[in-house]
Amino acid sequence: MAALRSSSARIFAAASRPAFRPFVAARGMANLADGATQSQQASSEESPKLRTFQIYRWNPDTPTEKPRLQSYTLDLNKTGPMVLDALVRIKNELDPTLTFRRSCREGICGSCAMNINGTNTLACLCRIPTDTSADMKIYPLPHTYVVKDLVPDLTLFYKQYKSIKPYLQRDTPSPDGKEYRQSKADRKKLDGLYECILCACCSTSCPSYWWNSEEYLGPAILLQSYRWLADSRDERHAQRKDALNNSMSLYRCHTILNCTRTCPKGLNPGLAIANIKKELAFSS
Amino acid sequence: MIAQRAGTTALRRVAAAPSSVFKLAPLAMQTRTFQTDKLTPAEASALLAQQRLKRPVSPHLEIYDPKQTWFGGSAWQRITGASFSGALYASAVAYLAAPLVGWHLESASLVAAAAALPVAVKGGLKFLVAWPFVFHAINGVRHLAFDLGIGFTRATIIKTGWYFWGASIVGGLYLAFFM
Repeated sequence: MAALRSSSARIFAAASRPAFRPFVAARGMANLADGATQSQQASSEESPKLRTFQIYRWNPDTPTEKPRLQSYTLDLNKTGPMVLDALVRIKNELDPTLTFRRSCREGICGSCAMNINGTNTLACLCRIPTDTSADMKIYPLPHTYVVKDLVPDLTLFYKQYKSIKPYLQRDTPSPDGKEYRQSKADRKKLDGLYECILCACCSTSCPSYWWNSEEYLGPAILLQSYRWLADSRDERHAQRKDALNNSMSLYRCHTILNCTRTCPKGLNPGLAIANIKKELAFSS
Repeated sequence: MIAQRAGTTALRRVAAAPSSVFKLAPLAMQTRTFQTDKLTPAEASALLAQQRLKRPVSPHLEIYDPKQTWFGGSAWQRITGASFSGALYASAVAYLAAPLVGWHLESASLVAAAAALPVAVKGGLKFLVAWPFVFHAINGVRHLAFDLGIGFTRATIIKTGWYFWGASIVGGLYLAFFM
């Protein structure tokens, strides 16, 4: 990017940049000292905006204790805008035993998928609503086995992903011996499919998957199935369709469409499943 | 364990106060108070199996967005359809059994019984049948559209869901009170 700019623009940009940056402005990771100064400023400027977070807790060290909701109250003036910010702050400052997965904090890893106020989404992409003062309720992904607190066991989900052979399968070599080419139109068919990050929000929002997860693949895995069925370079379409053509793997989808409504990446698993059903119905 | 954690929290709080940072620096480089056990792979997998047995299932139907769980068109399509087939079987069996048991289920006697009811009760009973019928019929068309891959954007799903609820209630009321 820098190389694209003209040299004169670069010189001007350098000149306009301050040579010495004050230390305070270089705010790195959120830490306690930083929060303390902020809180002093906040208290003098505005009244605290308190919000209570009710979070599902269960500890594997005391498995006989029933899962419970624990309340934490935070001042939103000192908290970042996203639910993940609040969770991190609770863990840092209120209760280090609170357990949840998180990694990228920008919606590309899918680790922080959880049920927030009734809908599955990524905590890092979900804003703390400011138009209400109702308590936030945070649960792990619905109908999953809980490892601890907000951490679900996704072993079955990943096994199901493996079962659909999510990789390019070809028997013929490419004509030029280098790469498998496809037309722009064929490439376009993969848009809206390849972006899936396998966060499991859609699968665990699906009542059909709740009751039949042993055999039904669920929206996320079916979207991935369609990603390979729609790929012009893949040569095992017949086998892939064969594997889905039974009463459970695909046809437990009753177009409830919670999947499309919940996808934090704005993808459409419901449509992908409809397309698989259409292909199975009309092509074979 | 919890006591240790509480201890580390307290340490962090103290360490956060700027003036005490230097005093506590040696303490911050403390030795680890956690103890880890060495496990063979077999022991580890046995422990995992034991933990898996005890894991609770996270809450689902009761915590999921009620707009989606209780007003989902798909669920009501099944409920209305199943209750209609159930009612069909029940009435057919009752009609078969009527002469043996001595019930009077002939059309003439049913008409006479219904005519004796007040209008509100009659309409209410009719609505109980009319609404599921209208809902099942028009929502079935929606599902046929879904099968063709039509109407899958998120906004369309939410909007048409409510439209079909409204239309089925209006249609049910019409059939119950104006037919």
